[in-house]
Amino acid sequence: MYMDDFEYYRADSVENALELLADHDGAELIAGAHGLLPRMKTGDESPSALVDIGQLSGLDAIEARDGERDGDPGGISIGALATHTEIAESETVREHATALADAAAELGDPQVRNGGTIGGNLAHGDARSDPPAPLLALDGSLEVRSPDGERTIAATDLFEGPFETAVADDEIVTAVRVPTDADAVSGYHKRRDPLSGYAMVGVGVWLRTDGETIEAARVAVTGATTNPARLPAAEDELEGSAVSEETITEASAQAGTTLSDEAFVSDVQASAEYREHLLSIDTERTLYEVLEVDR
Amino acid sequence: MSDADASGDSGDDGSGAFGAAIERGEDVPLLTGSGEYTDDISRRGTTHLAIRRSDHAHARIENVDTGDAEAMDGVLAVYTGEDVVESGVPNTIPTAWDLPGLVQPQYRMLATDKVRHEGTAVAAVVAETPHVAHDALERIDVEYEPLEHVTDPVEAVERDVSPVHDEAEDNVAFDFELGDADATDEAFADADRVASVDLRQPRIIPNAMEPRAALADWDETTEKLRLWMTSQNPHLHRMLLSAGTLGLPENKIQVIAPEVGGGFGSKIYHYPDEAVTAWCSMQLGRPVKWQATRSESYLTDCHGRDHVTTGEIALDEDGTIRGVRVETHAGLGAQLSQFGTATPSYLYATVLSGQYTIPAIHCRVVGAFTNTTPVDAYRGAGRAEGIYVIERLVDVGARELGMDSVELRRHNLVAPDEFPYESAAALVYDSGEYERAMDLALEHVDYDELRERQRELRDEDRYIGIGVGNFIESAGLSPSGLAGDLGAQAGGWESSIVRFDSTGSVTVLAGTADQGQGHRTTYAQIAAEELGLSVDDIDVVEGDTDRIPQGMGTYGSRSASVGGGSIARGAREVREKARRIAAHQLETSVDDIEFEDGEFHVAGAPDRSLHIQAIAHEAYLGHDLPEGMDPGLEETNFYDPENFTYPFGTHVAVVEVDPETGEIEIERYVAVDDCGEIINPMIVEGQVHGGIAQGIGAALYEGAAYDDDGHLQTRRMDEYAVPHATQLPDFETDNTVTPSPHNPIGVKGVGESATIAATPTIVSAVVDALEPFDVDHLDMPITPESVWRAAETGGDR
Ligand SMILES: Cc1cc2nc3c(=O)[nH]c(=O)nc-3n(C[C@H](O)[C@H](O)[C@H](O)COP(=O)(O)OP(=O)(O)OC[C@H]3O[C@@H](n4cnc5c(N)ncnc54)[C@H](O)[C@@H]3O)c2cc1C
Repeated sequence: MYMDDFEYYRADSVENALELLADHDGAELIAGAHGLLPRMKTGDESPSALVDIGQLSGLDAIEARDGERDGDPGGISIGALATHTEIAESETVREHATALADAAAELGDPQVRNGGTIGGNLAHGDARSDPPAPLLALDGSLEVRSPDGERTIAATDLFEGPFETAVADDEIVTAVRVPTDADAVSGYHKRRDPLSGYAMVGVGVWLRTDGETIEAARVAVTGATTNPARLPAAEDELEGSAVSEETITEASAQAGTTLSDEAFVSDVQASAEYREHLLSIDTERTLYEVLEVDR
Repeated sequence: MSDADASGDSGDDGSGAFGAAIERGEDVPLLTGSGEYTDDISRRGTTHLAIRRSDHAHARIENVDTGDAEAMDGVLAVYTGEDVVESGVPNTIPTAWDLPGLVQPQYRMLATDKVRHEGTAVAAVVAETPHVAHDALERIDVEYEPLEHVTDPVEAVERDVSPVHDEAEDNVAFDFELGDADATDEAFADADRVASVDLRQPRIIPNAMEPRAALADWDETTEKLRLWMTSQNPHLHRMLLSAGTLGLPENKIQVIAPEVGGGFGSKIYHYPDEAVTAWCSMQLGRPVKWQATRSESYLTDCHGRDHVTTGEIALDEDGTIRGVRVETHAGLGAQLSQFGTATPSYLYATVLSGQYTIPAIHCRVVGAFTNTTPVDAYRGAGRAEGIYVIERLVDVGARELGMDSVELRRHNLVAPDEFPYESAAALVYDSGEYERAMDLALEHVDYDELRERQRELRDEDRYIGIGVGNFIESAGLSPSGLAGDLGAQAGGWESSIVRFDSTGSVTVLAGTADQGQGHRTTYAQIAAEELGLSVDDIDVVEGDTDRIPQGMGTYGSRSASVGGGSIARGAREVREKARRIAAHQLETSVDDIEFEDGEFHVAGAPDRSLHIQAIAHEAYLGHDLPEGMDPGLEETNFYDPENFTYPFGTHVAVVEVDPETGEIEIERYVAVDDCGEIINPMIVEGQVHGGIAQGIGAALYEGAAYDDDGHLQTRRMDEYAVPHATQLPDFETDNTVTPSPHNPIGVKGVGESATIAATPTIVSAVVDALEPFDVDHLDMPITPESVWRAAETGGDR
C-alpha cells in the first residue's frame, strides 16, 4: 500500500510550528515520526501536511525543579522532544520517577528509543504504549501550547480512546511534568506482546510508604485495556495497609475489578479474559518489585 | 556444527573445495546493495501495474466499471477479466500435478464470473507511475453479489454450503488414499493398544523478505517476451506460461530470475499476477512492472499447511508399532495451485512411516476447496505435515503405554542394515543411521539427567519439558518416471552446463534458481572439486532461461542433490574429455593418465603433465586433438535421480513453561541433522538455523486466521507473528554423515529438514512440560494463552 500524498514543513520554532498547524487544514506534527509514519503507511491516518518539530532545540531538557515557584509546580520537567533513550539514561528520572525510566528502557528497540519522543508517545494515544501507565501512576501532566496560550492536561484527562487524546489539533506538547515525593517509590512492569513488542500488559505503580504502611498508592495499566487507566480498587486495597505479602495478594486480585469486560483488548494473540488474568499477575509482580518484598 | 569445520579450507588447491566452510561468495554484493532484484531493474519507458483485488471472500461479479480510473491522468489502460478473455489467449493458470478423480475448475488470470477468495484479481491498471496505478484502483467500481463463504476445510465438505466451484458441489477436489486399508484395520484389531490424536496444522503465510514482482517487456517486432520475475524455477514458469496461459511457444519467452529475496515455496508457483503483467505488456507494447506490496503478499502468496487430522496409532505393550491410520481434510484454498494437489497427498501420506518400521499404514486425504488464498508447498511441504502427525502419534502412544517416548522411538527405528527400506507408505528409503543421530542429540542434552532434573523441578512446581523430534524427508524431488506415475506434469530431473573457456576459467550454468541458499558458493565447490580447481576459477550462473537452456528449479530440497549431482556428472564428463586430450598430447594411453590437483600426468612420470586449464586452451585451439574429437570443452548434463534422497536426524528441545502465565521459554535447542555428504558446513548450518526459526514460528507464533466474514485477520506484519531474533534460543547444531548411496556426490539435501523437525520437537516439549496437568496435545500456534488454559483445565478446552 502506498501512502497518500502530503506536504512537508520543518518548523524553526514552537511559534512557527503553531502557525504552520493553523495554516494547514489537516496538518499534523511529527517529532520522531515513529508513531505516525507507520500508521500513514498502513493508511490508518492520512494527514494533508506534516509539520516537523523534531529538530527544534531546547525542547528536550530533563530537569528537576525545586518547589513551587512563579507558578511552576516543581517536580520533574521532561521536554517533549526528549527521546526514550534520554529518559531511560537520565539519573533524575530514574531517581524521582523510576516508573517512567523503567518504561522508557523497556520500550521498543534501540532504534525506536533513539528516535521516538515522550511528547509524541503521549500525544499519540496508542493504548499499547508503555509511558501512559507510569504517567498515570506518577500523577503527571502535560504542558501544552496553542495560539491561545498555555494549559496543563492532567494524565487522568489525557487518554480519550484509541489514538484519541485531549491534546487538540492546534496544540503542541512542550513538556511532561511529574511531581516528586521523597517518600515515594515507583516502578513499571511490562509483558511484551510477542508480535509487536508493545505492552500486552503494562503495570505502573507509585506508592508512598514509611516502610511499614502504605500511605498512598496509585496503580495504572496500559496495553491490556483499550484505554490506559488507573485501577482504583487495587489502590484502595493498598492504601493504609501494611507492606506485606497479604496486601500485595489482595490488591493484585482487585486489579481488574473496576474495569468492564469490554475494557480489555482482545485480538488474535490473546483474549480479553487472558489479559485480565495477566493484569492481576503483573500487578503482583510490579508490587513485589517496587516494595522489595521477598516471596 | 563441530568446531573443526569453522576455520575451513579456502579450497585453494582445488582438492578439498568440497566440504570446506567457505564464505558465501554472494554475500558481499547482497550486503553492499549491488545485487539486483526485480524491482531494481528498469526498461526504457517502463509502466506500472496495480491489481484490483476483491474484498469479498465469495461473490458474484455483477459489473466492473473502469471509466473513472481510465479517465485519470497517467493511466494508460484498465483491463478486466473480460478483456483478457477477448484477447484470445488460453488464459488458464494450470495446475502441474494431476490426481485420480481430480476436479480441475477454471482458473483465469483475472476473474470473470465470481471472486472466490479475498484478494482475487479482478482488474488491472497500467499507469505511468506506481502511485497513479494504485490510486486508480480505488476509482474502479466493482459491483458484487455476495455469496455464502466457507474457510474451514472440514466445514467446506461437511456442511451444506454454497460451493466454491460449481464443478465441485461438495467442495471436494480430490479424495486420496494411500496404503493398505485392510491390513491397517487388521493391525489395529490385533494390537494391544490404540492411541489417537485430533490435530490442526494452521495456515502459514510464507513471508519471503522480498514480495513477489515481475517486469515484462514484449517486443512487438520479434514477438518475444522477456519476463524478469521472483521465481524459484524460471524454466517451469516459462513452460506453464507458454502453452496454458499466454499461448506462446517456449522459445518466445525468456524468464529471468535475478536476485530473489527468499521464497520458502511461495515463488515456485505460476500465479495470475505475473501472467497479467506479461499480458499487459503484450497488449500495450510497453514494459510493465508489477511489485507486490507486503499486504498483497499476505493475501495472494500461496499459504502453507491448513490440515485438520485425526491420527491413530496401534501398539503392542512392548512398544512395537503395529499400524498407523490417518484421515486428513486439507484446505486447498479457492483454486488449485501448481503443486497444491501433490503437497497434501503424495508429499504428505508417503512420509507417515517416519523413521519407524510400521507394517501397516493407511491414509485418506480429502482435498477441499475453501474461500481462502490458495494453499501450496511451504518449506517442508507435505513432509512437514506428515512427520508432525507421526511424531505426535509416537508421543501420545508413549503416554498410552506409560513408556518413555525415546524408548518407544528407539524400539521402532529402522535399523541400518534394513536399507534400502521399503516403507508401508510406498517409499524406499536410501540410507540411514537413525539411532546414531538420535543418540548424539540425546547426548548433547544429557537426556537421562534431564529427566531426573525434570522430576525434581516438578516437586518445586516448576515445569520443564523435553521434546524429541525424529524426522526423515523425501528430498530431492524427484525421479521423473515416479513423479509421472504419481501425476506430475513435469519432470524431476535437473540440467546444467559445465563449460571451460579458452583461458581455463569455468562457468557452471545451472537450471536451479537460488533465493538465498548459496548456490554460487556450493556449486563452485562441487565443480572445483571435480576439476581440481579453486572455487575462484568457477563462476555460477542461474536464473535465465535464455542462458541456461533447461532446468526444473529450486524447491523440495533438490538443488544440492539433483542440481549438484548434475553439475558433478557434467564436470566428470568434462574431466574425462580433458583426460583424453591429455593422453593424446602426452602421447600415452588414456588409462595411463592420472589426475591430481588439476594436473593430468603420466602414471609413474609426474613431470610429464598438463594442467586441465592448459588443456582447456588446447580444446578451443583445436590444433592438436585426438582423431575424431570435436573441439571445445563443455558438457550439458541432464540428471534424473533414481530415487529421492532421505535426510534425517533428531532435534531435541528443552522448554520451561509457567502454568500461571502460560509463558514458554526455550532453554535449549539441539539439532542433529544428517544430510549426507556436506558440501559446505557453514551453509548447512545456516539452512538449519533458518529452518529451526521457521519451525519454531509455526509451533509457537504463526498461524493465519480468517474472521467470520472470510477476511484474512492476520493480514499485516503487525498482525501475523513471525518470530523475532530475540524470541529464538541459541541453536546447538551437529551432524552425522550418512551418504546417499545413489547420489553422485552422496548428498541428501538440507533445505527443509530443520523446519520439518523443529515444529514437532517444540510441540512435544511443551506438551511434555504439561504432563502433570494431563495435557496430551496442544494445537499450534501454542500461545501462552493456550498453555495457560490447558494448565487450568487439563487440556479440555
Ligand atoms: C518498531 C516500533 C516499535 C515500537 N515499540 C513501542 C513500544 O514497545 N512501546 C511504546 O510505547 N511505543 C512503541 N513504539 C511507538 C513509538 O516509539 C512511540 O509512540 C513514539 O515515542 C512516538 O514518538 P514520536 O516522536 O516518534 O511521535 P510521532 O510519530 O512523531 O508523533 C506521534 C503523534 O503525536 C503527535 N505529536 C508528536 N509530537 C507532539 C508534540 N510535541 N505535541 C503534540 N503532538 C505531538 C503527532 O502529531 C502524531 O500524531 C514503537 C514504534 C515502532 C516504530
